[in-house]
Amino acid sequence: MSESTVADTRRLNSKPQDLTDAYGPPSNFLEIDVYDPQTIGVGRNRFTTYEVRMRTNLPIFKLKESCVRRRYSDFEWLKNELERDSKIVVPPLPGKALKRQLPFRGDEGIFEESFIEERRVGLEQFINRIAGHPLAQNERCLHMFLQEESIDRNYIPGKITAFPPPPLLFNSRWRFNCFKVRDYTPII
Amino acid sequence: MSFFSFGQSAEIDIVLNDGETRKKVEHKTEDGKKEKYFLFYDGETVSGKVNITLKNPGKRLEHQGIKIEFIGQIELYYDRGNHHEFVSLVKDLARPGEMTQSQTFDFEFTHVEKPYESYTGQNVKLRYFLRATVSRRLNDISKEMDIVVHTLSTYPELNSSIKMEVGIEDCLHIEFEYNKSKYHLKDVIVGKIYFLLVRIKIKHMEIDIIKRETTGTGPNVYHENDTIAKYEIMDGAPVRGESIPIRLFLAGYEMTPTMRDINKKFSVRYYLNLVLIDEEERRYFKQQEITLWRKGDVVRKSMSHQAAIASLRFEGSAGAEKALAQTREDSH
Repeated sequence: MSESTVADTRRLNSKPQDLTDAYGPPSNFLEIDVYDPQTIGVGRNRFTTYEVRMRTNLPIFKLKESCVRRRYSDFEWLKNELERDSKIVVPPLPGKALKRQLPFRGDEGIFEESFIEERRVGLEQFINRIAGHPLAQNERCLHMFLQEESIDRNYIPGKITAFPPPPLLFNSRWRFNCFKVRDYTPII
Repeated sequence: MSFFSFGQSAEIDIVLNDGETRKKVEHKTEDGKKEKYFLFYDGETVSGKVNITLKNPGKRLEHQGIKIEFIGQIELYYDRGNHHEFVSLVKDLARPGEMTQSQTFDFEFTHVEKPYESYTGQNVKLRYFLRATVSRRLNDISKEMDIVVHTLSTYPELNSSIKMEVGIEDCLHIEFEYNKSKYHLKDVIVGKIYFLLVRIKIKHMEIDIIKRETTGTGPNVYHENDTIAKYEIMDGAPVRGESIPIRLFLAGYEMTPTMRDINKKFSVRYYLNLVLIDEEERRYFKQQEITLWRKGDVVRKSMSHQAAIASLRFEGSAGAEKALAQTREDSH
């Protein structure tokens, strides 16, 4: 008597995909460019600013396109705010280059072209990595950094949701609390 | 082991009566090596012979008794001194006396209960073995023979599918479905992942099988997680409305049946971990327990044959004889 039956490995039934979903623009569009470094000021009061342009279709961002000017210390501010308020593992910034700020260097120090380019690339990687994190997208500091003309350092930190929260509070997006997220910051 | 060259010593050898026909299976030892052992099921009789060979022929061997034991025990690695015996049977083979020549003793442990499956894990070991002992005043001579026990189950009556919607609000919503909640060790997991909302940049998706061994009770509970398998089911970025199929054959992986709270000492449980990885190497995961069970092979006739013999011995009725004849017929 044969008792073994071959297992049924046919696919489970699924709904056919709507063609507008299949061929439409993806809902995860988020691109941030850090470019056009400009050194402003004279002598010892010089500093470099970069243009931070964001294009997105994520509903959590109020503006679908934004363009602001930021300097390195603004990126440091953002990193500190996120490390303090959010639970994410914040990726590293490109170096502070204190050595380059010492006098008696043979080159332009922190205004050296190659250094600025290296820093620009590092800042672009940093901001893209953060802006795509679902938990970072909740933080007011990120939205202010990306979409407001200037950063108000006296702002009140807080969380942002895409839509007004339902009466049953929770200021977190982890509604389906069994879904977990873990960051892995690669070793550079 | 005697270090003195005077006096007598002996070698013990345990041989099973059905050693020629009984199946052997591979089982991992504590140091990771694989060895073959005789396979037994619950209720089967363990019978054989103990051969005691004198090392110095002509000299006498004085002893305080010869016995054989059948033992099933649980050993926790962090508490090696305490063996928890859940099966312990003894047969006396010889009263105290002396042996003048090599001898063979028959033994039989009839229809031995073997309630749990043999298991060698990270922090715990459950094993069954025969131990023949020649007791002596100073030092005993003993020999152990390990056997492996498998616990079998039949197709569960209730085996519902697992279907759940999970996600991160406004960011990622998926519905996953696995066709069963209980799988046998050579089964296939058939399922699908349906994307309802995708606002993150997914790079790929995989299913991991995780084995969790839990030992200890109360405040001293140890969990050992081991990833048995990682199986990529999707490469690339999905959009809303896409359905990704899952077909994962379990026979290729080394797994045991799910063991829950064995003798209140340990558990071995299995989980499917659905993992999505985005372009920044962030991992989004959802774990779901599945129950694994061991299906009997088609040839279990020897079991029913033995059961028929047992009823003949105890009832001696015509009905039992008919049952015995029936099992003989079935095997042809």
